[in-house]
Amino acid sequence: MGRFHRHPDGTVHEHDHDDDGHDHHDADADGDAEVEADAGGGGGGGGRDVGDHSGYETGSERVMVLEQILGENDRLADGNRALLAGHGIASVNVMSSPGAGKTSLLARTIPALRDRFRVGVVEGDIATSIDADVLSDLGAQVALVNTSAGFGGECHLDAVMVRAGLDRLRLDELDLVIIENVGNLVCPAEFDVGQDARAMVYAITEGEEKPLKYPVMFHAADVVVVNKIDLLPHLRFDLDAFRSNLEQVNPVATVIELSAETGEGVDAWIDWLAAQAVAGRSAATTTAGGRGAD
Amino acid sequence: MHELSLCQAIADTAVANADGRDVERIRLRIGHFRQVVPETLQSCWRMRRSDGPLARCELDVEYVPATIECRTCGSTTTLDQPLLRCGACDGTDVALVSGDEFLIVSIDVTSALASEEVN
Repeated sequence: MGRFHRHPDGTVHEHDHDDDGHDHHDADADGDAEVEADAGGGGGGGGRDVGDHSGYETGSERVMVLEQILGENDRLADGNRALLAGHGIASVNVMSSPGAGKTSLLARTIPALRDRFRVGVVEGDIATSIDADVLSDLGAQVALVNTSAGFGGECHLDAVMVRAGLDRLRLDELDLVIIENVGNLVCPAEFDVGQDARAMVYAITEGEEKPLKYPVMFHAADVVVVNKIDLLPHLRFDLDAFRSNLEQVNPVATVIELSAETGEGVDAWIDWLAAQAVAGRSAATTTAGGRGAD
Repeated sequence: MHELSLCQAIADTAVANADGRDVERIRLRIGHFRQVVPETLQSCWRMRRSDGPLARCELDVEYVPATIECRTCGSTTTLDQPLLRCGACDGTDVALVSGDEFLIVSIDVTSALASEEVN
């Protein structure tokens, strides 16, 4: 960690001092010259040696910004949310680690919902269309999103990428959009993509300590699907310990234990999704937008 | 893991606010609940700033501890790990009151001054 220090203007911070780090006593470098400029000439901070600048010297001016780092993403996510609400579409952002079973679960989900709801999938696959091919064969509209199209990351979907996917779906023909995020337990939790609800698919093969290691992801989920429950007899996995760990980071999440492989418990997940889709429909008939992410 | 994406967003916001001037320093306020790894953020920033108006720009980050307030007993707990449990009564009905900050506070931009005006 960096060195903690206090500036004359009262701000306190720390930052890494790598080899070319700033020198607070060298006003010509990228040091704290701005503090004197901030004083507006009244500070009387004499003795600044700015060296020979051949008739010019550089001063600094502080510009207050006070913008959220992901403010642009959040604005675009709100746009996605309004777009979906305007079409009466409910949306669920499905997140997990790689291999937890998102695609297998969706392969069971789409046929089960097909008679009641029209389902679209925005599929965030980094390099292949394997998952998208599986799902489109089942009758869902699928838009594969290239994850290099957004803010520059490949570890998550952001609002720009999801919008690119939504623009390729026929929204007038949909009731529910499932956004299958990139397999990753850290980054997707930070990026609002405009979903109504966040679902997390967790597999018991990952170990019961995962909620404690990735608390932000587990905290963000409205529903936690506990997958691969059919493997319980074959694993040293303590389901009660997992539930207790989850409760420490997210005491209010709906927990659904199931096996995408055998189908055990999948009905509860289908019911949860169906309730989302019905809520999306009724929200569209009252007011467009307004339903927040959290 | 998403620090490079954050750096891109930070760079875009800084340049948009710099009005064509070079940016020397960006001050950020980031909560501990944001999963930002300080060393990774700095190394991603050195990768991202490259040439142009951000070439010499440093990131100053104020990291804000995560604190929770218990709705049951009213206690405030500063978290040393991101587990949402009241330090006084062990309750889990808590609200995060700080630690999710993710703010670009200010930027310091270079202003070239003729020396006659200064002296």
